[in-house]
Amino acid sequence: MIDHPGSSATRIGAIVMRHVYILRRSWPRLLELAYWPTLQMIMWGFMTLYLAQHSDFFVRTAGMLIAAVLLWDVLFRGQLGVTISFLEEMWSRNLGHIFVSPLRPIEFVASLTVMSILRTVIGVVPAAILAIFLYDYSIFAMGLPLLAFFTNLLVMGWAIGLMICGILLRWGQGAESMAWLVVFLVAPFSGIYYPLSVFPEWLQMIAWLLPSAHVFEGMRAVLIDGAFRWDLFGIAAGLNVIYLGLGALVFFHYFRVARERGLILQQGE
Amino acid sequence: MSRPIDRNAPGIDVHNLVKRYGDVLAVDGVSFSIMPGTTAALLGANGAGKTTTIAIILGLLVPSSGTVSVLGVDILANRYRVLPRMNFASPYVDLPRRLTVRENLDVYARLYGVPRRRERIEELSEELEVAEFLSRATGSLSAGQRTRVALAKALLNEPDVLLLDEPTASLDPDTGDRIRTYIEQYQAERSTTILLASHNMAEVERLCRHVMMMRSGRVVDAGSPDDLLTRYGREDLEQVFLDVVRTPDEAAA
Repeated sequence: MIDHPGSSATRIGAIVMRHVYILRRSWPRLLELAYWPTLQMIMWGFMTLYLAQHSDFFVRTAGMLIAAVLLWDVLFRGQLGVTISFLEEMWSRNLGHIFVSPLRPIEFVASLTVMSILRTVIGVVPAAILAIFLYDYSIFAMGLPLLAFFTNLLVMGWAIGLMICGILLRWGQGAESMAWLVVFLVAPFSGIYYPLSVFPEWLQMIAWLLPSAHVFEGMRAVLIDGAFRWDLFGIAAGLNVIYLGLGALVFFHYFRVARERGLILQQGE
Repeated sequence: MSRPIDRNAPGIDVHNLVKRYGDVLAVDGVSFSIMPGTTAALLGANGAGKTTTIAIILGLLVPSSGTVSVLGVDILANRYRVLPRMNFASPYVDLPRRLTVRENLDVYARLYGVPRRRERIEELSEELEVAEFLSRATGSLSAGQRTRVALAKALLNEPDVLLLDEPTASLDPDTGDRIRTYIEQYQAERSTTILLASHNMAEVERLCRHVMMMRSGRVVDAGSPDDLLTRYGREDLEQVFLDVVRTPDEAAA
């Protein structure tokens, strides 16, 4: 008779292993993770080369567009890492088994975030390395600020991802397209490729509510002025605490609704 | 510090369970108690409330009212205290199809904190005759093979309480018989409390000491298979089942 339910870390590791088992056997899945970030990086890299021929600004800020596209993909992949891992459980009709095991919902969420880190690293790092060879631009030269940007964007991706997972729990696979669409709602207002000053004032006020807007402004400050803006970093981190709290709130709310309405056993059908 | 689990308490104790979805009453005041080491069955037509009742016992579904305790632990308040001591198999919930059988069993052994995972998986694989396809993708298996794998998953943690929702549905008679024999032996050796939902009356007669008949969300009759046969004056449980699930008009027709 087994009397030890195991540790929280073991249970989180179990769910991570479940996804690693799939990834390590499926090269199309691995390729898909790196495909779009690499393709985007190549396009924006050539765009940078072209613009640099006609503008001193782009000569001085070489790599700004490449950095922007790679950091955007951190946010996008961070969110997809959470939602795709969740969708894998829905597609395989496995949620019933998972939620009658000793795995707690908070541990399940933790395992989704670990998978998000893994999927983001697998997706973005090859593109970043390729940029060094193709365009002689290394995003890693940013140093510690890169870590700050990476972390903030990843956490924002988790927050959006958790909200989508909650919605998927409540409305099922009919809401699946949200996994790919929602994050693009924030893209125009995040100032990925342009400063927020191009917006009218009222839109700037909305944009400043997004952690991503602070990150991309901070990125430009590093690349153009060579200065790390602690104020932008601090506000982005503070907003992310709120966003992550909201994401968790939405997920746990709909988890409770799913348990009340008997939705967990119906998922995937 | 929380109280240790009481293995002498009823394996499953359900009291006045109600589950309402809007105007639909899926479970209507169900009460029953299953003593430790007993195999009991929930019988009823499709939509009678069996799966809903099982989902509530597992904590997957919150009842509108009523109480459920497993091994003396209130499942609604403290489900994570007792979930490590329970397990479940159902043809309506799959294991990830792209994972191999061994990978699936490994993931669930980790989730349940099973010590010496590899040995336990090997042991169950031999007993349930799944060893030869441990390295195959779970989705590539036949229905019978998948059922055995699902049962292996359900037994990984040597549960004190096991819930089986139609464990032999869609199996050929030979495979079904092997599964029933295994469950019978396993229960006898380990005194596991088993709640079985099944439409296979021969299976129920063979495995269960106690039978609860459900209709329209209610337990309308209960007793040992012999008691029920005597009470209804029938020769097998299938006839009793038809007497119970059909309304008097339907039965007369």
